[in-house]
Amino acid sequence: MSYILPFSLYEGLVFGFVAIGVYLTFRVLGFPDLTVDGSFTLGAAVAAVLIVKGVNPFLATLAALGAGLGAGLATSLLNTKLRIPALLAGILVMIALYSVNLRIMGGANVSLLREITIFSLTSQLLGLDTRIAYQLVVAGVLAVIVFFILNWFLRTEIGLALRATGDNEQMVRGFGVNTDMTTILGVSISNGLIALGGAVVAQGQGFADVNIGIGMIVMGLASVIIGEALFRPKGVARLLLAALGGTFIYRLVISVALRLGMAPGDLKLITAILVIIALAVPYLQKKVQHEWLPPAARW
Amino acid sequence: MLNLRQITKVFCRGTVDEITALDKIDLDVNAEDYIAVIGSNGAGKTTLLNIIAGVYPPENGGQIIVNDRDIGGLSEYKRAHYVGRVYQDPHIGTAAKMSVEENMAMALLRGQSRGLRAASNKQRRDLFRAALVPLGLGLEDRLTTLVGTLSGGQRQALALVMTTLSKPALLLLDEHVATLDPRTAQVVLDLTEMLVKREKMTTIMVTHNMELALRHGNRLIMMHKGRIVVDMNQEQKANLTINDLVVAFERASGEEFVDDSVLLPNG
Repeated sequence: MSYILPFSLYEGLVFGFVAIGVYLTFRVLGFPDLTVDGSFTLGAAVAAVLIVKGVNPFLATLAALGAGLGAGLATSLLNTKLRIPALLAGILVMIALYSVNLRIMGGANVSLLREITIFSLTSQLLGLDTRIAYQLVVAGVLAVIVFFILNWFLRTEIGLALRATGDNEQMVRGFGVNTDMTTILGVSISNGLIALGGAVVAQGQGFADVNIGIGMIVMGLASVIIGEALFRPKGVARLLLAALGGTFIYRLVISVALRLGMAPGDLKLITAILVIIALAVPYLQKKVQHEWLPPAARW
Repeated sequence: MLNLRQITKVFCRGTVDEITALDKIDLDVNAEDYIAVIGSNGAGKTTLLNIIAGVYPPENGGQIIVNDRDIGGLSEYKRAHYVGRVYQDPHIGTAAKMSVEENMAMALLRGQSRGLRAASNKQRRDLFRAALVPLGLGLEDRLTTLVGTLSGGQRQALALVMTTLSKPALLLLDEHVATLDPRTAQVVLDLTEMLVKREKMTTIMVTHNMELALRHGNRLIMMHKGRIVVDMNQEQKANLTINDLVVAFERASGEEFVDDSVLLPNG
């Protein structure tokens, strides 16, 4: 049991990129983006194929991030330029990416055993040979970089316009912001981060698989919701930290449950139920208190 | 300053619901005009503002000229450079999940390019505080408060300050005090008067309230069925009463005045 905590910390950081990406679309932009499952796998596929071809793993990881930006760009263009509803645009790109990912990998999976990954490179450079130690170093450094960049970016003039777009699009347009551009920017950054997560996870586990991203959107949502419920964050920095913290807690609970004998196949059902409960409780609470709530959005 | 030429707007063209919201409107607005626009429901007042602000384009042939430049082809966000707007609903004019400071930082850069500089700094915060003091609502000490926690009146006052912060050439007020209680409405109206005079902004104020239209502005326009039926300058409206307005309306529109909603004291 002793390694469960550091291992969950590692998982909390690498899957934290997904949670931050989901937080950016769902919470900041108000754009329910379902590209996630596809862009996560895309990141894993691009990084794995490039690494097998002998590309420097850090460059391969960066390329994965770029590919994710492209996936987000596709979804947001469908939404802003062709006016396809966000949910549908995300699903369309996610499904399209399934084929794209198979093409990229040339098959259902790519093995990274004995390849030079960001983990093996770091372990060589720093002389660390405990697996969990260099895993934590790599994930930690990446998470700190992402945190500082986003925390800065979301406070800039453009970042503020992006956040305001999700809050009150009509007002933002009235103040001269091209809200199509801010939407495109936000959804792209989100999917870039998610693909980065996919690239790191694939290297950490030693393979990329076409099904690696299934359920990633629900996992990301669960992490965001847990983070919000536990830390009640206010302000940009704390919201980002809450997404990471929520992912850590989520992975920790899952690890413990698996250790206690939960069948791995039940994981997604339990995650889905967790998200349903978290989404339903606020509504049911208000209903009990006879407060009025609008009907659920259908799009 | 603003010239509208042959502005027509038809909604639901080709269906049984087809309606001509604006019918060949010609309007010349002089610099520093403060125009009150009245008219019954469906007269086309809000459509007129939407056309000027660029929410939707006019039918072919219509021209919207600001300072000798045709802005008819510009999208809404590009027109923000020229046009500032305060809406009837305070929720539209402010962003609830952001702080007072962040809202004002958004507003400050109207029509300018936004970059990767910090959205707010000490200098800008001082500017925001100075702009909020005249409201007398104490908002200058609550820059970090989330706007969603403010009352409707506070939000509307903030929306007005935000819209005028970057001094647009043209200020559009869309029944901006209609949802406020009488006291708060007066505060916002006084503030409007003060800001319009101080910044010498050209202003178009749509209202349902005839008394308000008589008291404010240097020009009064009455709309009916998508046309401008009355256009009075300062001298003409100086000694007017609400009753005179009703008579003028009936004569101009050629039908009896039936919609009493324009007579309601508040709204």
